[in-house]
Amino acid sequence: MRVFQGIAVSAGVAIAKAMVVDDQQPRVTRRFISRANVDAELKRLANAMDLVAEQIQTSQDEVATELGDQYGAIFSAHLQMVRDEKLNESLIDSIRYRHYTAEYAVSQSFARYIQFFERVPNPFLRERAGDFRDIEQRLLNVLFGADAKRKLAAKQPSIVIAHDLTPSEMANLDRVNIRGIVTEVGGPGSHSAIVAEALELPAVVGVGAHLREIQTDTTLIIDGHQGRVIVQPDEETIARYEKEVEQQRQTKIRLRGLRDLPAVTTDGENINLMANIEFPHEADACIEQGASGVGLYRTEFLYLGQDSEPTEEDHYQVYSKVIRDMQGSPIVIRTLDLGADKIFGDEHPPEQNPFLGLRSIRLSLRNTDQFRRQLRAILRASVLGDVSVMFPLVSTLHELRQAKMLLSDLMEDLEEQSIAFNRDLKVGIMVEVPSSVVMLDRFAQEIDFISIGTNDLVQYTLAVDRNNPDVATLYNSCDPSVLRLIQMAVDSAQKGNIDVTLCGQMGGNPVYTMLLIGMGLRSLSVTPSAIPEIKQICRTVSAQKCRELATRVRDMDNAWEIKRLLRENLRQLFPDEG
Amino acid sequence: MGDESIIRKVVVPNRQGLHARPANLFVKVALQYQSQVEITRDGLKVSGKSILDVMTLAAEQGTELTIIVTGPDAETAANALVDVVNRFVEEDDEENGA
Repeated sequence: MRVFQGIAVSAGVAIAKAMVVDDQQPRVTRRFISRANVDAELKRLANAMDLVAEQIQTSQDEVATELGDQYGAIFSAHLQMVRDEKLNESLIDSIRYRHYTAEYAVSQSFARYIQFFERVPNPFLRERAGDFRDIEQRLLNVLFGADAKRKLAAKQPSIVIAHDLTPSEMANLDRVNIRGIVTEVGGPGSHSAIVAEALELPAVVGVGAHLREIQTDTTLIIDGHQGRVIVQPDEETIARYEKEVEQQRQTKIRLRGLRDLPAVTTDGENINLMANIEFPHEADACIEQGASGVGLYRTEFLYLGQDSEPTEEDHYQVYSKVIRDMQGSPIVIRTLDLGADKIFGDEHPPEQNPFLGLRSIRLSLRNTDQFRRQLRAILRASVLGDVSVMFPLVSTLHELRQAKMLLSDLMEDLEEQSIAFNRDLKVGIMVEVPSSVVMLDRFAQEIDFISIGTNDLVQYTLAVDRNNPDVATLYNSCDPSVLRLIQMAVDSAQKGNIDVTLCGQMGGNPVYTMLLIGMGLRSLSVTPSAIPEIKQICRTVSAQKCRELATRVRDMDNAWEIKRLLRENLRQLFPDEG
Repeated sequence: MGDESIIRKVVVPNRQGLHARPANLFVKVALQYQSQVEITRDGLKVSGKSILDVMTLAAEQGTELTIIVTGPDAETAANALVDVVNRFVEEDDEENGA
């Protein structure tokens, strides 16, 4: 029995056979071409670049579909690298003036970058060498005519052992039989680590150059909690870890079992747990995690990265897809929530202070053509399911009234054209500016619901830009002023008999769950993956205990002490999970 | 061309530094403008339109970078580029939310 210690990057335990993956990188020799062949060689290079760009695009699509867009983002960067002007110039020069073969040009150009990054002191940036190796390998494979995809397939349950795994290899991993990942190099920020975590696959990286000593088919234990790899474990160790594997399986079943259980406190208070989504395909994740609806459907992606503004039909198509996928659960569509600079680019004069400038509802009310297209699509989609519309960043009653007037104009138009819509479409506002909290008793008379957007509420209450490193520490969701505003909003909504949901990041953070329930919130909208954990808290506490906690917090005046108290309470709730 | 350069200083705000994904975002924005975009760091000057160049700055969190934009749409480009750098933080949003 031997034990190797590495860095734990993805939790979990697995017992399986080792599958040692050799670096199969083709060897590149120093070769030259004749002057007459320069053009043909350039053509060969151009074709290879195109093919590799296509492959990367496919990887991006596959990974994004399976795991979400943030995981596909690395391939967008790879694509940019393949198209890089400097890289292409240097490759072309090497072939045209030095008469290198395309292979040799590629290996020379990439070697410079790889060597550079291997010497960078910052460990996270050092790992970028892996991005270059990945692209180089793709290019060489295409040029050599080798099989481009090194698919890591296994015939039996296996733990992959490799020097390093590229993003493409991670994307092509056999999901059935591969139970764990061990690499000699790498760190917590590497793409492999991130993907392993998303796949819930135990992973240990940075084990050091010991892996050649392991033979394929040796029995291994990977301990992704401790960062340990145990080679040829003795019977006692296997027995101990088998117990852990079993426990892990039970926990998974328990969390998955939560899906169909209600989020109800031990004293019978129902908590409505909904999900925040941005992309239409995320509706699947909502269903899978047991969300009772979409509490916040952001529509910005329709506008970003497009050459022209979306048409009414563009809006309608994506809304109806989400409504269909959500199978009748309620969906709150938020209208455009972006700054003018993001929409008009060059045509919009730069603002001194964009966060206090022309954005969100203000922009929509200025650019009414666009706003009408979006509202009309929402109205048309409103007959397909349980749809509500929500306006972001409303700071005065006047804005709300203007928006509602546009909406009723559009209803009249649709009626004249005999196009179906829901006349009782629920209208709400996102409460994220302190002025709207202060005036909420008046707002409540004109709307059906509010949703508290804590991210912006914190920023506008404390006058802190959390992206500014000099003041970011002032950004604190449990600042007593923020908590008072949330309490005011909840109280006003209840008094005015309108629904209230909280949809900021605060809602998805387990630390705040008890406090929010104690403050009277019964509806939270969070990122889909956070639902099981929040639900588990709801099902473990009593609303009474939450109210007591909220009362204690109300008397406190220091954000850090409040946070400490909340953490302590969460720990007491789950003492075993430390 | 007689165009004046717009010079902006930024500090890399995100924990993981200017790695592949942020560099990609930066270059994507830079490529949308006609103006020439350069970045300097401690006397090293690279093209802001080449992801490979931008990555070789190896800029960690807290590194000061100077963005130099020259051309007809320099002002707008400079604003957009400063904005995109500040948005790098969104990459580690999860932790900020707490």
